[in-house]
Amino acid sequence: MKRFFLPLALLLLLAGCGGSGTWGWYVIDPTTPAGWTNIKFLISGMGSTILISVIAAAISIVLGLIVALPGQSSNRWLRLINRVYVEFIRSIPLLPMLFWVFYGLPIVFRSMGLNIPIDPFWGAIITLALSDSAFTAEIYRSGIQSIARGQTEAAQTIGLTYTQTMRYVVLPQAIRRILPPLANQFIYIVKMSAFASVIGMQELTRRANELVVTEYRPLEIYTLLILEYLVLVLIISAGVRWLERKMGSDERV
Amino acid sequence: MPETAIELIAVNKWFGDFHALKDISLLVGSGDKVVICGPSGSGKSTVVRCINKLEEHQSGTIRLYGHELTNDPRSVASIQGEVGMVFQQFNLFPHLSVLNNLMLGPMKARGLSRSAAEERARHYLTRVRIPDQADKMPKQLSGGQQQRVAIARSLCMEPKVLLFDEPTSALDPEMISEVLDVMVELAEEGMTMIVVTHEMGFARKVADQMVFMDQGEIVEQGTPDAFFANPETARCQKFLSQILQH
Repeated sequence: MKRFFLPLALLLLLAGCGGSGTWGWYVIDPTTPAGWTNIKFLISGMGSTILISVIAAAISIVLGLIVALPGQSSNRWLRLINRVYVEFIRSIPLLPMLFWVFYGLPIVFRSMGLNIPIDPFWGAIITLALSDSAFTAEIYRSGIQSIARGQTEAAQTIGLTYTQTMRYVVLPQAIRRILPPLANQFIYIVKMSAFASVIGMQELTRRANELVVTEYRPLEIYTLLILEYLVLVLIISAGVRWLERKMGSDERV
Repeated sequence: MPETAIELIAVNKWFGDFHALKDISLLVGSGDKVVICGPSGSGKSTVVRCINKLEEHQSGTIRLYGHELTNDPRSVASIQGEVGMVFQQFNLFPHLSVLNNLMLGPMKARGLSRSAAEERARHYLTRVRIPDQADKMPKQLSGGQQQRVAIARSLCMEPKVLLFDEPTSALDPEMISEVLDVMVELAEEGMTMIVVTHEMGFARKVADQMVFMDQGEIVEQGTPDAFFANPETARCQKFLSQILQH
């Protein structure tokens, strides 16, 4: 309960100022029909925000592993591919990458004779997943490297192949250690999904922007927007702690 | 003369500039027990790690039952499970139960069914005298029990040769004998063994051949009787006097 106290107190304080001329909390006052309609409009972006974040995170988790494994190889060319990917992708700011994917990638496809349109939904997902995969790959790397060499040696002496060693010995142990940083990345994706508003994706931030244009009450509407993200992130944090307990990430191995 | 199990001919190994193994030649007959001792850093662990290809060697020949081992990944893959290894730090898989530690290799590398693998795992757990610990996690066991599980895990692959890399060095003193007892039993049953250890009582009891290494070379080699009674070189005399002092 303690962590809800501060935002709640802040909200009540601001609500108390509702009478003065400079505040306009009526735009999101749930007791009035107009305010309630506005709130519903703002919250209706939640589904898209969650959906693009979850799909992007799922792709990033798989893509990150595909990128991370060559980095563990004894073959230097495979290691080089991993390094180039990670350094290149993580150097690109999210917004330019979003523009490049949304406006540029369809042109690349067309020049290849492919007619693949990219809508705001998939544009946002591709960008978030790509951008995040470089960080996920680094998280996998540190997780895999944290597993003692004796584990892979023992696996080798009982005849396991490289793939089997990864699947049955290294990754199950690594996953417990990388779960907290992966969760951190998921929170990062949820927040960065706000950028999708600039390419017209109807998510939380876009809804807020549209309402600000018609109501001209930026302070009140953006305050609610921030609280929406806060609630989302708190729910994710609680979910991650539950998962960590379930998988035993919080105990020492 | 029994069949030759392991043959090393002029094996050399460098770690960067450090010459870790210098012209190592060793012949181990099938069923032989060889004990390798020597001061730390003498290359004794590196020898056994080259035999199961956890380390690459840079020159010389290593043969396992006549089959030459190269650093080629296919050659490395071909011996996996044929050469068992018991590590100083046990290296059990901490996320798997004792039973699953033992069943992993037979199921994944040998393609045994779950029930066959479990039967085999329980059989070898009984052999190392901890049949009742099957469902525990490794960290719930004592060091001596963990090392016996590690021995059982190697045995589950039914290897032709078993290598021991200082198997009792990480154990509390009161747990050493329970591990050595199991090793003596294995020796008596005819397992081919190469053991890196400072347990000279064990060596006297089971070794067919003693090897003393120093600075990457085999300095002295012989039967335990001759080795302990009349060490020829000054280095070996000094080493033996140091470890047999107390």
